[in-house]
Amino acid sequence: MVTGDVKLIGSWASVFVMRARIALNLKSISYEFLQETYGTKSELLLKSNPVHKKMPVLIHADKPVCESNIIVQYIDEAWSSYGPSILPSQPYDNAIARFWAAYVDDKWFIALRSILTARGEEEKKAAIAEVEERTDHLEKAFMECSNGKPFFNGDHIGYLDIALGSFLGWWKVVELDANHILLDETKTPSLFQWAERFCNDPDVKPLMPETTKLAEFARKLFPKPQA
Amino acid sequence: MVDEVILLDYWPSLFGVRTRIALEEKNVKFDYIEQDLCNKSALLLEMNPVHKKIPVLIHNGKPVCESLIQVEFIDETWPKANPLLPSDPYQRAQARFWGNFIDQMLPGLGKLMWGANGEEQEEGKKEFVEMLKTVESELGDRTYFGGETFGYVDIALIGYYCWFDAFEKYGNFSIEAECPKIIAWAKRCVKRDSVAKSLPDSEKVTELVPELKKKKRVE
Repeated sequence: MVTGDVKLIGSWASVFVMRARIALNLKSISYEFLQETYGTKSELLLKSNPVHKKMPVLIHADKPVCESNIIVQYIDEAWSSYGPSILPSQPYDNAIARFWAAYVDDKWFIALRSILTARGEEEKKAAIAEVEERTDHLEKAFMECSNGKPFFNGDHIGYLDIALGSFLGWWKVVELDANHILLDETKTPSLFQWAERFCNDPDVKPLMPETTKLAEFARKLFPKPQA
Repeated sequence: MVDEVILLDYWPSLFGVRTRIALEEKNVKFDYIEQDLCNKSALLLEMNPVHKKIPVLIHNGKPVCESLIQVEFIDETWPKANPLLPSDPYQRAQARFWGNFIDQMLPGLGKLMWGANGEEQEEGKKEFVEMLKTVESELGDRTYFGGETFGYVDIALIGYYCWFDAFEKYGNFSIEAECPKIIAWAKRCVKRDSVAKSLPDSEKVTELVPELKKKKRVE
């Protein structure tokens, strides 16, 4: 279903780009995917996002929208009559979804990334402990938001599912790197099961990067310091 | 049904100011409960267990946290009076982008105000001024960020205005010299009732700084 000229500047490995792609899939929007080359920034990217010079950038009828969570909301609003709603309909549920999405980016992701950048065992252990504590918060958030249903958003995936679920590829890669389970079936059972459902969702499955390929990319992005 | 609206806040908070302005714009009656951040109340800890921070907006017993999320919540809950976000999806995305960008000025301001040494403070000042200039060029010659309508982005930024005197004093620079359009915009904003009622006095904010500096050294 083509509904106007839609382009997305991004990369297969980026969590933030995946958010936009999942949202476009949910709404069945066809788009041209403009893959950036690692290590360089295209003219179009620099022109479309002069403030941050980062991907993803959604270009809809030549107008750029930047920042992954903002893009997801834009997709929901611009194509509101297409497919399921991505944001909840009630203001309070909306506020809760936005709160936890902000938590994912500002607190949880920062902790996850610090496992990859940790220097030495002590720093790594501390980063792991932080991720575990914050994942615990997300388990509680899932109980609060899902209300017994399969996803944070209820019956189908929505804003918060996308915000957190897009990390699942990297979550696995960091687990392998840390040699430590970070999404534990016994400690956070609801989240564990949600993750499986999310990855198997037809709008998500084709986009989730393959773990080995992502791990190889991670080694390039986060090289280990020489001993 | 009459809404019960409570705001847990701290008077000089530039975040809390946003929520106060949004509520005033919508003519929503609310109970303001001043918080002691050195001795956090049971209610604050109960309503914001994750971050334990103000402002917390409690609507009919249910808490909403994070100031810009509160502004959107207020806009959605009381949609009729004074819309705070544009109705066009693209304009909304732009507003959210700039709201987000405005909060990215905070780390620089943190260095400027609470930096460990002169070098860190200078670095913070440079970062802040550069970002404020970007915001200024987004404003251009418009009355408000949304054009003729006061809204989300204006609300996001105006809270910083009551801290400008403090930034200038401790950073030893003039914001008006660097960003005259921002100052002119701020002076327009303070003429609005919602802003005049909500913005704390700059002098009082600046007087508070030495006490805050002492507390931060202790932390």
